[in-house]
Amino acid sequence: MTVAGLIELNALEAAERLQNGEFSAVELVEAYLGQIRRHDPAILAYLRVSEENARLEAEAIDAAPDRPPLGGLPAAVKDVLVTEGIVTTCASRMLENYRPIYTATCIRQMRRAGMIILGKTNMDEFAMGSSTENSAFGPTHNPWDLDRVPGGSSGGSAAAVAAREALWALGSDTGGSIRQPAAFCGVVGLKPTYGSVSRYGLVAFASSFDQVGPITRTVSDAALMLRHLVGKDPRDSTSIAYPKEILIPEDRDLSGLRIGVIRELVGEGIDAGVMAVFDQTVKNLAIAGAEIVESSLPHAEYALPAYYILAPAEASANLARFDGVRYGLRAAGAAGITEMYETTRSRGFGDEVKRRIMLGTYALSSGYYDAYYGRSQKVRTLIVEDFQKAFGAADLLISPTAPTTAFRLGEKTGDPLTMYMSDICTIPVNLAGLPAISIPAGLSDGLPVGLQIIGPAFSENRLLAAARGAELAIGFDAAPPLGEVS
Amino acid sequence: MVSHDDVKYVARLARLKLAGPELERYAEQLSGILDHINKIAELDLEEVKPTSHVISITNVFREDTVRPSAPPAAALDNGPEIESGAFRVPPILDTEEQ
Amino acid sequence: MTAGYEAVIGLEIHVELSTESKMFCGCRVEFGGEPNTRTCPVCAAHPGALPVINEKAIDYLARIALSLDCDIPPGSIFHRKNYFYPDLPKGYQISQYDQPFAIEGHLDISVDEEDIRVGIERVHMEEDTAKNIHAGASGRIAGALYSLIDFNRSGTPLVEIVTKPEIHSPQSARVFLNKLKNLLKYLEVSDCNMEEGSLRCDANVSVRPAGSSELGVKTELKNMNSFKHLEKGLAREIERQTGLLAAGERVVQQTVHFDFATGEVTPMRSKEFAHDYRYFPEPDLAPLVANQEFVDRIAASMPELPDARAGRYRRDFGLTPYNAEVMTSDRKLSDFFEECVRHFNDPKLVSNWLMGELLGYLNATGGELADCLVKPASLAELLGMIESGKISNAVGKEVFAEMCQSGKKAAAIVEAKGLTQISDTAELEAIIDAVLAENPEQVAQYRAGRDKLFGFFVGMVMKKTRGRANPQVINTLLKEKLS
Repeated sequence: MTVAGLIELNALEAAERLQNGEFSAVELVEAYLGQIRRHDPAILAYLRVSEENARLEAEAIDAAPDRPPLGGLPAAVKDVLVTEGIVTTCASRMLENYRPIYTATCIRQMRRAGMIILGKTNMDEFAMGSSTENSAFGPTHNPWDLDRVPGGSSGGSAAAVAAREALWALGSDTGGSIRQPAAFCGVVGLKPTYGSVSRYGLVAFASSFDQVGPITRTVSDAALMLRHLVGKDPRDSTSIAYPKEILIPEDRDLSGLRIGVIRELVGEGIDAGVMAVFDQTVKNLAIAGAEIVESSLPHAEYALPAYYILAPAEASANLARFDGVRYGLRAAGAAGITEMYETTRSRGFGDEVKRRIMLGTYALSSGYYDAYYGRSQKVRTLIVEDFQKAFGAADLLISPTAPTTAFRLGEKTGDPLTMYMSDICTIPVNLAGLPAISIPAGLSDGLPVGLQIIGPAFSENRLLAAARGAELAIGFDAAPPLGEVS
Repeated sequence: MVSHDDVKYVARLARLKLAGPELERYAEQLSGILDHINKIAELDLEEVKPTSHVISITNVFREDTVRPSAPPAAALDNGPEIESGAFRVPPILDTEEQ
Repeated sequence: MTAGYEAVIGLEIHVELSTESKMFCGCRVEFGGEPNTRTCPVCAAHPGALPVINEKAIDYLARIALSLDCDIPPGSIFHRKNYFYPDLPKGYQISQYDQPFAIEGHLDISVDEEDIRVGIERVHMEEDTAKNIHAGASGRIAGALYSLIDFNRSGTPLVEIVTKPEIHSPQSARVFLNKLKNLLKYLEVSDCNMEEGSLRCDANVSVRPAGSSELGVKTELKNMNSFKHLEKGLAREIERQTGLLAAGERVVQQTVHFDFATGEVTPMRSKEFAHDYRYFPEPDLAPLVANQEFVDRIAASMPELPDARAGRYRRDFGLTPYNAEVMTSDRKLSDFFEECVRHFNDPKLVSNWLMGELLGYLNATGGELADCLVKPASLAELLGMIESGKISNAVGKEVFAEMCQSGKKAAAIVEAKGLTQISDTAELEAIIDAVLAENPEQVAQYRAGRDKLFGFFVGMVMKKTRGRANPQVINTLLKEKLS
């Protein structure tokens, strides 16, 4: 099989052929390392590529008598997951040289299953952003159009998968950070039910929202990765034993499924091009047998405001540990501890991170708590109830994943609020802790558009089955126009 | 509206140093964001219970068993300034006592 | 205290629990040791690490709450208390705020024969901070050149107990703290070692005109970490506040520092910023639900509490209130006492022996009851020998001292040293005759009317018998011979 052929295989296919001995893990890893060398200088999906490590692990897997289920499948890992001995930066100056002393539980699980880490991918600093432009080490470029953003915050992971620089990738999603970049890059991104994947070793942005999930080329690959990600971790009090095994969805249509279009997340505020693709997708789903109904989340418009109180509030505390005392950046020459803190944190954090820390600190500060934090927690309750009602009349809900396609680099950096609007369709899901997947639905002006499918808590099997049905009904087969670079 | 004093106060709480023009910019941006957020003020939330956890779990415990601590090298390895096995920091001035 | 004023004191007590591992991670709880050898990603707050609650700590917390007769609401949650300090690695302390684990309890104390009930406002769970070592001339924070941080203590389970402002004298505060300390040790939830900081006390103090029901402006006395400190510091601060009020001045709300060496109370420099802790619910931890079943389980595992036990001793054993209190000040002592009484049914005598001899010995040697070589059954055996007249009371004390040192049984010591009491008339008669023959002058004086010399003859007989003579027999025989 040619090198080009190798990297066109999805994870399920690659796993099967590796098991059959059609090629080795080393060959597969080399194919991806080659692709990274060719394309990453333009895309900048990776912050660090662990070539040596990846090779060694591949050799070990090839040499082992039994191949574990994911044995030899190379993955890109968002740099928000700590990896022992491998520098983990969260794309921040604060952690530029930080070598974790332990490995995130979900990475340990994936490695136990045989996954090989190709490298750590770029992201918005501390996962705060929707374009990967907030990386302290420069933005990632969208493989579909290098002048455009890959989305964020898991932009590096999504771009790597889209550009065939990784077979698949791990991302994290707090307000849409897996689904929105997956939509922008024309790949599949799944945010699991809150609690189903351990957060131990995921550098916290907003603890009651954060969830790790797969970014893949196909729905089935997402299912395959998720199967190995879920599970109760004794080190994460908020993790739950997943009630059943995650299944690889069968190829079937959508008959018998009631799919609700969320009224508040279509129409106003969504680009016409995105709506056109979405409308066509709804038709295709109906043709594939789905019963399309109208659903409503009456409080959806309050989700973004509530999220931008609750998430920054949690972040303001989560990022307090970056104080220059035990690890990370330390500003030299301070006369006293407060000066050391202030200088370290001002130099170590980028603009958006500081903005969210400020916002969260403000919302929690004396006199404002009730008006902001307290009210937002109640809005969260309303959103949860909205979803519960909606799932009374629909098995799954759908909306566009993002209101636009990938925008131009620099287009929204001057106006934080406009940037925040990029997550308007994904944020309600995080407030309610539900699982949701984004799959490619088509192109608008040559740029991918994502379809978001949302399910009730712990309905991943139903969600994946429907996503597989939708994937078949849509028949998306475009690929980013990667130039032949020598 | 978020005033300069508000921004200064919050920056101090968050241990961020913001210079003059930054104060201005943050005051403006935070005001803009909060304008949007203030939308939640229009809701009647009197009867609504707050949600702090989306999953209903309680009493998650670990057994009281000792596990190995980090070896000294690992514990101190990332420290910016180590002295006698401890993390050295600039003096804590009187005004900073908790 | 100047007449016309009343002091109002509330105490905030922090207790480090003696669990094996820390509150939220598996690092060992221990005092001292090489710095930063008992840390991990969780208690040193590395990125991505998460806390998981130590179940034993919650059991201990519940024991404390129940022993203080608190209400345990069905649910409590953890909050993050946000502030920056180098000993606080996460930049927030996991603590409990508006939904504490337990509320509305009390502890009864007795001061100068007066019974006082001190209300408990709340009992809640939190985690301890790391330790700052201030480098520089004084070792104190002021003027330090830099500080060194040791995270070994970081994350030790810490219970905060807050009293209502219902203590009205430094003496009562000391008695309260002492009783609480004994109770906590009795429950075996903390070693309550004030020198090592496992029991720490802050005090809120105000003064008001006697008879007033309003609270005056309070000050906070930090780190009253010995009973002497607490009593003296409070006395000094009450005196200072009373002086201000008497002079028509006002007390300023502030934190004050008590210098034990000079006896002076000085205000700590006021903060640039008021505290704004930005409490919010800890998203990394699930709520605690203390349902009836949980409370019942803890209650069933609790020992009989000291006050109940002391009541029983007064009622069933006829002990004095003082003896009953001492016998229940320590669980091991109490257990020792009861077991001894099971073997030797004279509770008053047993308690007197324990208070006089056993505690005296432990005090003198600095030993612990647990390590004491004398066991309840062997003390009972000794008391039995005295009661039966086999040995004298005086010899009994000598034998007890020997038992403490060697761990030998009383009978063996008496046997080996020949300490059996001499009650044999013929044997004692011979000794008395010898004594009288050796001291003709004293015999003459006695017979001339110096009655006091009787004791001299008894002493001489005792000396010759090395204390083994039966005192009653000597008395009778001496009187006969001298008359």
